[in-house]
Amino acid sequence: MIQLYNVSKIYANGVKALNDINLHIRKGEFVFLVGPSGAGKSTLTKLICREELPSRGQVMINGRNVVRMKNREVPYLRRKIGMVFQDFRLIPGKTVFENVAFALEITGASTKEIKRVVPTVLRMVGLEKKADMLPAHLSGGEQQRTAVARAIVNNPVLILADEPTGNLDPETSWELMKLFLDINRRGTTILMATHAWDIVDAMKKRVVAMSHGLIVRDEESGGYGYES
Amino acid sequence: MSLNTLRYYFREAATSIVRNSWLSIASVGTIIISLLILGGSLLLVLNVRHITSTVESSLEITVFLADGLEQEHLDRLEEEIKFVPGVARVQFVTKEQALEELKESFGERADVLSGLEEDNPLPNSYRVKTREARMVPDAAQQLAELDGVEQVRYGQGVVEKLLALTHWVRIWGTVLLVVLGAAAVFLIATTIRMSVFARRREIGIMKMLGATNLFVRMPFMLEGMIIGLVGGLVAVLIINFGYLSLLNKVIITLPFIQLVDDPVTLYRVLGGMLGLGFGIGAAGSAISLHRFLRV
Repeated sequence: MIQLYNVSKIYANGVKALNDINLHIRKGEFVFLVGPSGAGKSTLTKLICREELPSRGQVMINGRNVVRMKNREVPYLRRKIGMVFQDFRLIPGKTVFENVAFALEITGASTKEIKRVVPTVLRMVGLEKKADMLPAHLSGGEQQRTAVARAIVNNPVLILADEPTGNLDPETSWELMKLFLDINRRGTTILMATHAWDIVDAMKKRVVAMSHGLIVRDEESGGYGYES
Repeated sequence: MSLNTLRYYFREAATSIVRNSWLSIASVGTIIISLLILGGSLLLVLNVRHITSTVESSLEITVFLADGLEQEHLDRLEEEIKFVPGVARVQFVTKEQALEELKESFGERADVLSGLEEDNPLPNSYRVKTREARMVPDAAQQLAELDGVEQVRYGQGVVEKLLALTHWVRIWGTVLLVVLGAAAVFLIATTIRMSVFARRREIGIMKMLGATNLFVRMPFMLEGMIIGLVGGLVAVLIINFGYLSLLNKVIITLPFIQLVDDPVTLYRVLGGMLGLGFGIGAAGSAISLHRFLRV
């Protein structure tokens, strides 16, 4: 599913974000990416969705070499990857329904298909009753569930989540985690960068720990436990 | 591209135009003004060219003769005229012919001249053509000195003045058009830049969701094109109705002036204006997107 071979990333300003990383993630896995700020977690996710190119090494997603991919192919890669961020990134002028529908509109979907698919996804995240509300009138948890609905509406093979619970209280965070688990059970691979140690410890999933641009630990059903 | 996508492009473009309404209006206004200048000077140049060609083809010297000359005198005069340097053709026109031609040039309003047949005030004349237009002034001067010639007349300076006018209209029209066209392109580029700026967050989200470059750019391209087309349309309407009413006025008040009224030529001018408006809009958008929206 995801393969990184000897990947290094040095930004134009000289910052060495990743240093000769090797990482393999199989289809259907649920992987936590942990480590202090500046360890290289965000850079890693940016390489996977090709927001950045590695300085050295190769990145394979779903059998495709992302580094050698042409620019015009990138949108089609991103449609296979659902992204969820700490700050939700919803469009404030659009309702919950429209925000989710937007991901479909971009792919050129018909109105009929949008009307068929969006309500199903909203029901899955438990927002069918708030479809016509604007993001500003939702709680943080509901906004993030909207973002998750948008991330999964195109049936992605991979979900990249960058601190999805960073702005949520513990209880809401847990509810969101249950949603991610649910999505994962349906076969979608999930890579989640997070600082929520309690969640990582309790979920007993694979944990990849990073520090100073290196992978310092990679264990199945591990815990957060790194010393910072 | 599905119907839904097309609808999306237009809806987003319309939203942007409304959101930046004052800039959109300024852009439309600049386009209107530059296209009006283009259309106006184009029509002026076309008309002057049309008029000069009719004037030039009839550029001849009319030699008015004194009344009551003998036929012998006339024959001698004709020989003398033929000897004047530059003269190519000589034609005798009787006073009756002259009146008939005058009536013809008045067309439907010829009745003004009725009753003149009895006491025709027009003199007999020779119509003299020179080999080239520039020989007219010298020839005319020599003709005036011949015995029996009362008066010599030709279109003194008219042609030269008209040609000089087109020359300046062409130069200044082009300069103004280039300056204002550039201003219009710049204003549209600014409008689009503001739209891009207002939507930069949304653009980021679109890219994250896997929108193609075309999808991200199309609404902004459309925005510029719509602004250009609206400006072009308004300018075309103004020129069209303005010119038609001018034509009507000229036909009534100055019947002897022949303006360009060929519909094909007019549609070409108007079509060119509309096309240029569209081009300005598209160019402004493209420049702005190239500079501010690298996706």
